[in-house]
Amino acid sequence: MSERILEVEDLAVSIPVSAGLLRPVQGISLHVDRGETLCIVGESGCGKSLTSLAIMDLLPKKAKRTANHIRLAGEELGDAGERVMSDIRGNRMSMIFQEPMTSLNPAYTVGNQLAEALKRHKNVSDAEARDRAIYLLEKVGITAAASRLGQYPHQLSGGLRQRVMIAMALMCGPDLIIADEPTTALDVTIQAQILHLLAELQREFDMGLVLITHDLGVVARIADRVSVMYAGQIVEAGSAEQIFTSPAHPYTRGLLECIPVPGKTRPGERLGAIPGIVPSLIGDMPGCHFASRCPLAHGACNTAQVALQDASDSGHAYRCVLPASETGTVDFKGAA
Amino acid sequence: MLIYAVKRFGIAILVALTVSVLSFSMIYLSGDPAIALAGEGASQEDIENVRRVYGFDRPIIFQYVDWLLNALSGNLGHSNYLKSDVASVIFERLPTTMILGACALGFALILSIPLGVLAAIRPNSLIDRIALTIAVIGQAMPSFWFALTLILWFSITWRLLPITGTGSWLNFIMPSIALGYYVTPAVMRLTRAGMMEVLSSDYIRTARAKGLRPATVLFKHALRNAIIPVVSLAAVQFGFMLGGSIVIETIFAINGLGFLAWESIQRADLPMMQAIVLVLSVFYIVLTFLADMLNAFLDPRIRVS
Repeated sequence: MSERILEVEDLAVSIPVSAGLLRPVQGISLHVDRGETLCIVGESGCGKSLTSLAIMDLLPKKAKRTANHIRLAGEELGDAGERVMSDIRGNRMSMIFQEPMTSLNPAYTVGNQLAEALKRHKNVSDAEARDRAIYLLEKVGITAAASRLGQYPHQLSGGLRQRVMIAMALMCGPDLIIADEPTTALDVTIQAQILHLLAELQREFDMGLVLITHDLGVVARIADRVSVMYAGQIVEAGSAEQIFTSPAHPYTRGLLECIPVPGKTRPGERLGAIPGIVPSLIGDMPGCHFASRCPLAHGACNTAQVALQDASDSGHAYRCVLPASETGTVDFKGAA
Repeated sequence: MLIYAVKRFGIAILVALTVSVLSFSMIYLSGDPAIALAGEGASQEDIENVRRVYGFDRPIIFQYVDWLLNALSGNLGHSNYLKSDVASVIFERLPTTMILGACALGFALILSIPLGVLAAIRPNSLIDRIALTIAVIGQAMPSFWFALTLILWFSITWRLLPITGTGSWLNFIMPSIALGYYVTPAVMRLTRAGMMEVLSSDYIRTARAKGLRPATVLFKHALRNAIIPVVSLAAVQFGFMLGGSIVIETIFAINGLGFLAWESIQRADLPMMQAIVLVLSVFYIVLTFLADMLNAFLDPRIRVS
């Protein structure tokens, strides 16, 4: 078995709001091995981004994080202070954000911002930092890399800026990269390029990659394993193949039915839609979070504490009271 | 950058010309200047003489161009009251006012920028409340009243500082505080608002995600961006302070341009007033231009198109 880079157990985030205690992330467990890509999938507001920020310990001040374990290459970070975390961030664990247009500081050149990431963590000269920056800019597919160093973010397009962000994340040669919807803000043609690039770099530098997305097409292309999140919880986890060929949770099935499949979806055929809206996560919620929108929900779903349970095959878990054979009957086509 | 600078410079020249027209026309604001110059009880013949000698009988556009060319060559006219060259009087007084203005602005920035930053780091904390209180009081207090209060405490009650004159640097302490304090609230609130906005921006999150130290995040990444609008504001406020110095210099009997302006108004010394308005305006225009250039230096989005 290859090296386990990231291991998160029972991660939760709570934020006090005027109406009570908001619990946007509840009991998240996940792990990533070296050279592996884990995709966290879910709709907007399901807690994907907060999960990634919680792992990086970059949550907003008001948010409180708890976890049994957050281990990076075996080292426990769950109770690490800011000093330890700031030594790790950008060094052994990097993050790429959703908004390339605003994620670079407008006042400094690309070269300055790239070099700064390396010089913070490694004892290198300006020239070495510059060489590393040029090397990585070329790696992420930027032409005339040396001349880009003197440019400011506003002189670059969104796609280029995201490439710069990726190069920046790679400056210190991290073990793990967390990419939070890195392609959402980009043109569709650029999206594919950036994803391809991420997958390629991950293989080349043999890192762990956590890719957060709501785009199942992205997942199908690059994920080794998938965790499906809904309303703050992981509702299903397994290999990409398991998730796509034998989804066990009604929500996962609902998500998959929303996507037209070329050659399979007939012209004029209705796509599936999941009725209702995401429940409020303020306070405790008994029962299954998906119960209010699930066509298969029955009395017990609203009260029973549902744990992630193993489906028939190994490593495939889902959070539902029904056996996997029964959830297969769910149909979202008539729901909309 | 060069295009930007040329554009700004062109605008500055246009504003300066507009101001020159306004200050030239001041002479006609109080009626016929020939009558005013000739004095009370002058005969019609005397008035006509004055009009001819001073050239008031020529078309007004010629008078203006003459006046402007003279002003450009450093000849700002002749003060009938002081019986002296206006330019030499003004440039003798100007340094004092500049020192006072610089000290006041320095005091304002040193007080307000750190307070604004602290308030932004910890919104609604004690330090934020204190800063807000200072801002509200500063905004509400007329500068002449504040100046008199300072005199009452520091000079009369505690006998720490001299009240009037420009003999030593001690003389500049109270006037600088009185003049600068008025500017503090605006600068402080703008710094606070700017810092709060910048601190919640995505690139600050990026900086933290790189593991940068808090001081680097705060000063290199946040303050550098938050300070850009403060530069423009400081330049504008410096202009206001030049106006405010009329009051402050009069209270503390500081022999600067503001005091001279007040004296000249008392004496109805029109050429002097005209020249002071022109000089202060030009100075203000130069300052605004410099602030624009500094902004461009700080913000590459202006500098590098």
